[in-house]
Amino acid sequence: MSVLLQQLANGVVQGALIALIALGYTMVYGIIQLINFAHGEVFMVASYGGLATFTLLPDDLKKSPAVALPLMFVGGIVVAVVVAVIMERFAYRPLRNAPRLAPLITALGVSVFLQEAVRVFYPNAKSNLPYPKVFPEGNLTIGSVNISWTGIMLVVLSVGLAVILQTYINRSRMGRAMRATAQDPDTAKLMGVNPDRVIVLTFIIGAVLAGVAGIMFGGYLNNINIDMGFQNGIFAFTAAVLGGVGSIRGAVIGAFIIGLIKTVAGQYMPGGTQYDYVWIFVVLILVLVFRPQGLFGEPERVRA
Amino acid sequence: MRKHSVKSAAIVGASLLVLAACGSNKTEGGGTTGGSCDTSKGTLTVGVVAPLSGNLSALGVGIKQSAELAVDEANKKCTVPGFKLAVSAQDDEANPAKGAQAATKLSTDPNVVGVVGTLNSSVAQTVQPILRDKKIPQVSPANTNPSLTRGNDFLTAPKRQFDNYFRVCTTDDLQGPYAANYLVEKAGKKKIAIITDGKTYGEGLAAELSKQVTKKGGTIVGSEKVGEKDTDFSGVIAKIKALGPEAVYYGGEYPVAGPLSKQMKDAGLDVPLMGGDGIYDGKFIELGGKEGDLATSVGAPTESLATAKAFVDAYKAKFGKEDYAAYGAFSYDAANAIIGGLAKTLEGGAAWDDSKRDAMLTNVGSYTGSGATGNVKFDQYGDSTNKVLTVYSVTSGKWKDVQTGEFTG
Repeated sequence: MSVLLQQLANGVVQGALIALIALGYTMVYGIIQLINFAHGEVFMVASYGGLATFTLLPDDLKKSPAVALPLMFVGGIVVAVVVAVIMERFAYRPLRNAPRLAPLITALGVSVFLQEAVRVFYPNAKSNLPYPKVFPEGNLTIGSVNISWTGIMLVVLSVGLAVILQTYINRSRMGRAMRATAQDPDTAKLMGVNPDRVIVLTFIIGAVLAGVAGIMFGGYLNNINIDMGFQNGIFAFTAAVLGGVGSIRGAVIGAFIIGLIKTVAGQYMPGGTQYDYVWIFVVLILVLVFRPQGLFGEPERVRA
Repeated sequence: MRKHSVKSAAIVGASLLVLAACGSNKTEGGGTTGGSCDTSKGTLTVGVVAPLSGNLSALGVGIKQSAELAVDEANKKCTVPGFKLAVSAQDDEANPAKGAQAATKLSTDPNVVGVVGTLNSSVAQTVQPILRDKKIPQVSPANTNPSLTRGNDFLTAPKRQFDNYFRVCTTDDLQGPYAANYLVEKAGKKKIAIITDGKTYGEGLAAELSKQVTKKGGTIVGSEKVGEKDTDFSGVIAKIKALGPEAVYYGGEYPVAGPLSKQMKDAGLDVPLMGGDGIYDGKFIELGGKEGDLATSVGAPTESLATAKAFVDAYKAKFGKEDYAAYGAFSYDAANAIIGGLAKTLEGGAAWDDSKRDAMLTNVGSYTGSGATGNVKFDQYGDSTNKVLTVYSVTSGKWKDVQTGEFTG
């Protein structure tokens, strides 16, 4: 029993990380029907941006986590946002009216570009880099279940930001513009919505969330590498599809489902941890067979 | 720094090729390129295949630079009369497919006399046959999987696999049991959990360890696998923790082992993690290896060997720092075995051509010398006769040797 509880706790933490990235996938898809495969790399560059910020801090600030940690978040998020905005402006906007396959392939290209750029230009990025120890150390122990404080921080940030985002989209003026653009870009334009602004804002929000995820990933796992974006991006993409691409709630729930399947299946299914990924994709396939729009998605309308 | 040295190595390499081209045509005496040595017959190349980029590059670069050191010294000492030696280092990215490309590239160059490499046993499996077809001797500084020399039935029916393949380090059928003896008898850990990365090296090593642990009265409480690109091991750790191990043995390399050790501790599983030569690197500690973690590695500690001192000093003088890593001394010895074999093959001023390759294989095989890792000599399978192993432990943030010896059963 205690093992099950521990695995559930691990799954929730993994899910929280995936959720932060999945939100970026699902929002961009909701607005411009683009699967932004480079989004995982935005998460990765944010992590390196945070590390670079820390490296550039004066030595006395490095020793005080209360200053260094917020600055790392700022640094990481700024890098993520800048990369995402440049990516939108120069890679995706020129292809806005191109066939859907063109921006998709571009996204893959951007992904490879970002990964290689970090590998070549970031000092020593060829191998794993250790992350600074400015995060809260130690564990919270409830009964026999251990959760590290960084894990708890990750879950709180992830759920909190998802709730704020949901509220923002449902309540604010800009949120309404986003929903309108998602529903019908042409009519939205006639109603005075500036689609360029909405799209850039969508990319920025996705990048902020990925930035938070990037820093927390480094703190939670203690080291980062250039492959982290690809692997977690695939999980996040899967989470978005599972929950229904375009749905905020769906992406978050899909992410937690994936985290839980991974740890629980690794514990109890035949093959153990060696085959834990297999079960994630088995569930994905089953959901897509019986509910192609995902758990919370709406059946796709054919657009004029 | 590193980029610079690669670049300048490339420039040096390129200019050597130009000189080689001149050298083979001209008849007048050379002597302009190799200091005071006669290099009129051109340039011969010692290939290196190792991961120069990627996660394992710390080990790979140590291998490459140590081979360069050996070649440099040979050039200064005019070890091979009439020829200048050069190093051609190819990056295998620790990837068997890339290793095959690198080996193919080297094997099509008629001036390549031998290859130092590879780091990974899995890469060696694809490199061996390519070099064998061209009769190019391959001397590995780091492959510890026993089947590379003695086949899959290495214990019961050993059979030489490749007549061009040698290694200067000992093998996992000794390393695994040696680690097991230490864990069970010295450290008193009876319940061991195994985690592997599924690659040739880690699987083989863990299998050999498991057998010996059971033989010595310990138990293997569980065995799990992690992916090479995995980063979050909480699931595996929770599963293993429930089995109550007193130590965890990891079959694989430091990029996974370091974070794994830290996450074990974070998850409340504060037992030592032990691994083989693949985790014996400073990077392991940087990435999360904790106090009390253990590793075995091949050979005696480089710093403690009298024969190694000259190597360490020369390395420091040439590269400015001591980043020869776990296999530098072995790579130096491997390169010297090739150079020594070549010198014997070309004794009396013979020219190099493909007809010399058979003699070259024989001469590398029969090479003996006193190297940076002790006595270098190969047995009938191409394995090193030097079977010394060392157990290291992380003490005050550094690897410290705790026991050196040979596996005796």
